[in-house]
Amino acid sequence: MAEDFLRIAELVKTFGSTTVVKGVDLGFEKGEFVSLLGPSGCGKTTILRMIAGFERPTSGQIIVEGKDITDLSPNQRKIGMVFQAYALFPNMNVEDNIGFGLKIAGTGREQRRARVEEMLKLIGLSGFGKRYPFELSGGQQQRVALARALAPSPRMLLLDEPLSALDAKIRVSLREQIREIQRELGITTVFVTHDQEEALSISDRIVVMNAGHVEQFGAPFEIYNRPKTKFVATFVGTLNTLNARVVDASRKTVAIGSAEAQIPSLPEGISSGEMVALTMRPEAVSLANGAARDIVLDGTVSEVAFLGSVIRLKVDLGGNVVSLDTFNDQRTPPPAHGSQVRVGIASSDVLVLDN
Amino acid sequence: MKSSRLWSWIVFGIGALYFLVPLIATFEFSLKIRRGTYSFDAYANVFSDGRFQSAFSYSLIVGLATIVVGILIVVPAAYYVRLRAPQLRPIIEFVTLLPLIIPAIILVFGYIRMYNTSSILPLLGSNFGSDVLLTLAYVALALPYLYRAVDTGLRTIDVQTLTEAANILGANQWTIITRVIFPNIIVAVLSGAFLTLAIVIGEFTIASLLNRQVFGVYMQNVGANRAYEPSALAIVSFIVTWGAMGMIQLLARFAPKTARKD
Amino acid sequence: MANVSASADKAAGPVSGSAVRVGGNPFRFLTTLRSGDILAIAPFIIFAVLFLVMPTLGLVVGAFQDRQGNFTLDNLIGLAEPQIVASFWISIRVSAASAVLGAGIGLAIALAIIRGRLPDGIRSAVMTFSGVASNFAGIPLAFAFIATLGRLGLVTVLLKSLFGFDLSRSFNVLSFWGLTVTYLYFQIPLMILIIAPAIDGLKREWGEAAATLGASNWQFWRYVGLPVLWPNLLGTLSLLFANAFGAIATAYALTGSSLNIVPILLYAQIRGDVLHNPGLGAALALGMIVVTAFANIIYLVVRTRAERWLK
Repeated sequence: MAEDFLRIAELVKTFGSTTVVKGVDLGFEKGEFVSLLGPSGCGKTTILRMIAGFERPTSGQIIVEGKDITDLSPNQRKIGMVFQAYALFPNMNVEDNIGFGLKIAGTGREQRRARVEEMLKLIGLSGFGKRYPFELSGGQQQRVALARALAPSPRMLLLDEPLSALDAKIRVSLREQIREIQRELGITTVFVTHDQEEALSISDRIVVMNAGHVEQFGAPFEIYNRPKTKFVATFVGTLNTLNARVVDASRKTVAIGSAEAQIPSLPEGISSGEMVALTMRPEAVSLANGAARDIVLDGTVSEVAFLGSVIRLKVDLGGNVVSLDTFNDQRTPPPAHGSQVRVGIASSDVLVLDN
Repeated sequence: MKSSRLWSWIVFGIGALYFLVPLIATFEFSLKIRRGTYSFDAYANVFSDGRFQSAFSYSLIVGLATIVVGILIVVPAAYYVRLRAPQLRPIIEFVTLLPLIIPAIILVFGYIRMYNTSSILPLLGSNFGSDVLLTLAYVALALPYLYRAVDTGLRTIDVQTLTEAANILGANQWTIITRVIFPNIIVAVLSGAFLTLAIVIGEFTIASLLNRQVFGVYMQNVGANRAYEPSALAIVSFIVTWGAMGMIQLLARFAPKTARKD
Repeated sequence: MANVSASADKAAGPVSGSAVRVGGNPFRFLTTLRSGDILAIAPFIIFAVLFLVMPTLGLVVGAFQDRQGNFTLDNLIGLAEPQIVASFWISIRVSAASAVLGAGIGLAIALAIIRGRLPDGIRSAVMTFSGVASNFAGIPLAFAFIATLGRLGLVTVLLKSLFGFDLSRSFNVLSFWGLTVTYLYFQIPLMILIIAPAIDGLKREWGEAAATLGASNWQFWRYVGLPVLWPNLLGTLSLLFANAFGAIATAYALTGSSLNIVPILLYAQIRGDVLHNPGLGAALALGMIVVTAFANIIYLVVRTRAERWLK
């Protein structure tokens, strides 16, 4: 494996009596876009700030391109950062903001001007150079903040929930823009967010965090389809849960209500008679029957939400309620509320997770 | 960043020195009246001086009068501006700005020219008239702070909604003011009152030019004639000011707070 | 002297909530007033007119009147008398010195307690003390500094006995610099009270962003921190100047008439017509009003503009 561009080794951070980051080990590749995803207080922002140098780790190391930077002050790390609150310098116009890092580095005026123009073009705000931050919208300010961070050609880019303060529509377009720019420049990027859709849509890999430790680290496809823990499964995407009783542990059969099924992913060490929680994504449940869907259950439609191209149904299976999505069919109306339906689930899609 | 913390301590230390040393020096000096030893004789002299007692009590009485008159003028005005005539706010605010811009000596000079014995309102013609003029001058000085205190108090309790609620429950204006509004702003009013007291107790310029024997004038007098008693007076004055400010801090704990927006 | 005790309240700026912007004639509503309303606002307005506006206007008008009450510019011309010019000059120097020093030292202390990573309690202790200290002016303050730096003052005595250094030979507390140092006792706290919110307004992220862009602490202050604070600094400097210019009680008790600042001259004029010309006294007052009003207006204008800029 290629040597990691950024390595976080056994990072621990304690504030007073609370341990916010509990021994985190991660390795990021060069040019990779990684998201740190998790609920508030899980430690993702703290880790980002330790990479930037604003917090000193209680123990552990941060190694960039083979060099230990744990003891360097933030202004020596050559790392660009974008903040949630934009943090543009209010006394400078857009040009001066973007050129600030270059000015500090002693770049000549002509060179600076050229680079600033280049950056403005990159973020699509050419001609805005003389405007002041208070004259810009939130989305525009954040783009300028991005340009400012990238202008001195840092070796890494850190983004601390940069889209949280923006409107929903801008959020989507701006995150795509950020990803595009990142791809074009090939810069290693760490992106902190609590929005799982955001993380899934633009990351190469995601670090799912909870209460100071890493729950899972992998590509979006992995995280979503093969969650390792219940937390990951419920935090990322929706999860259906069916309560079932183990009938025969050796043959991995369970009873869901009156129906029986064989679950290959039933873990070892479970005994007959125990209750298990069978989990699956909504897309694993369907109204149509096929050979692959070997678990067939009868139920009543308890909720129908017509969302346009997608119809979201909730089906009551006598004690268990599952959520399933089906595409709109112009010829066939969706099942009515209260109608009897048959749902099919492929047993290979079922995950049995420990809490 | 470590060195910046050192600098902060140094700056803070020098500042503390500059502000605390004079207090210590004054106190120490006030104890030295008896040669060779420390004693509170200077304080004893001061407190037993008839002129101190009359000047200090005079200042207190004038202070109380100032507070009463000030409240009577400010509270209704603040209430109605907030409730019925928000358009008047700029005018009121300009008025409250005036005492901060016009130095006290200018104010009293204006009074002397306007209210002397040959004017329509010859307040300076009599002792009582001069006392009244002094009180009104102090009301002018205290106006910005009294208004700010009352206005903040009214804003905190959302007087508009309270009045409407009381109204719809059947209360008339007078009841509303006395039984709903005033009890809720009394803490703010008291804060303004203590600040007024602090201002009045130490004042010198206006009283001196109006020939009123207030505490400030007495102090200046003593300063011109005695050596150790002035320091004792300075300490007394400082304690009174601290006391008034301390009361304001204490009152802040009892002030009604706006409800948390859950 | 109450101008001096313009502590925390002045720090918060002009009394303002949000003035409800109702377009058009603000007096139109007068037609809808009820008798109760008039009763409520009248005392305030009457008081303001009788005891704030008219006395001041009277002085302003009086500056242009001669002894018979006719219009004249002689009084204003009389201000050019060398004694009076000298008086204004000393006032300006004392006010400027105490304002600049007060602003500088106050800024340093405010920065130390807010951004200097000192223990939590220190900030609130300093702010409370500043609230009190800005009220502790006038006569008692003069006494306190005489007891500290005077010929028999504690510091003078200590310096002599510990270091053999005779302070009274090079420094006289009853002088220009003595008065300036004494004035600092209320100027510095006033500065701290007013500039503290502005320093709070320096967002932490600005410093962090500057750091990620390679700036040192000093570079941050040079390019971002001080420029952002600058309007507030200028405005407060103006306020401190006005504050010192109008103060008299401290000077009266400390330097008496040996330092002829404008308020002292005016005081003597009111007391005993030392200028032998009442109109000149009014002109003197007008001069004072012009200076303090001008300085205060600068403060207010700069303040409101700075707030808008930082939105």
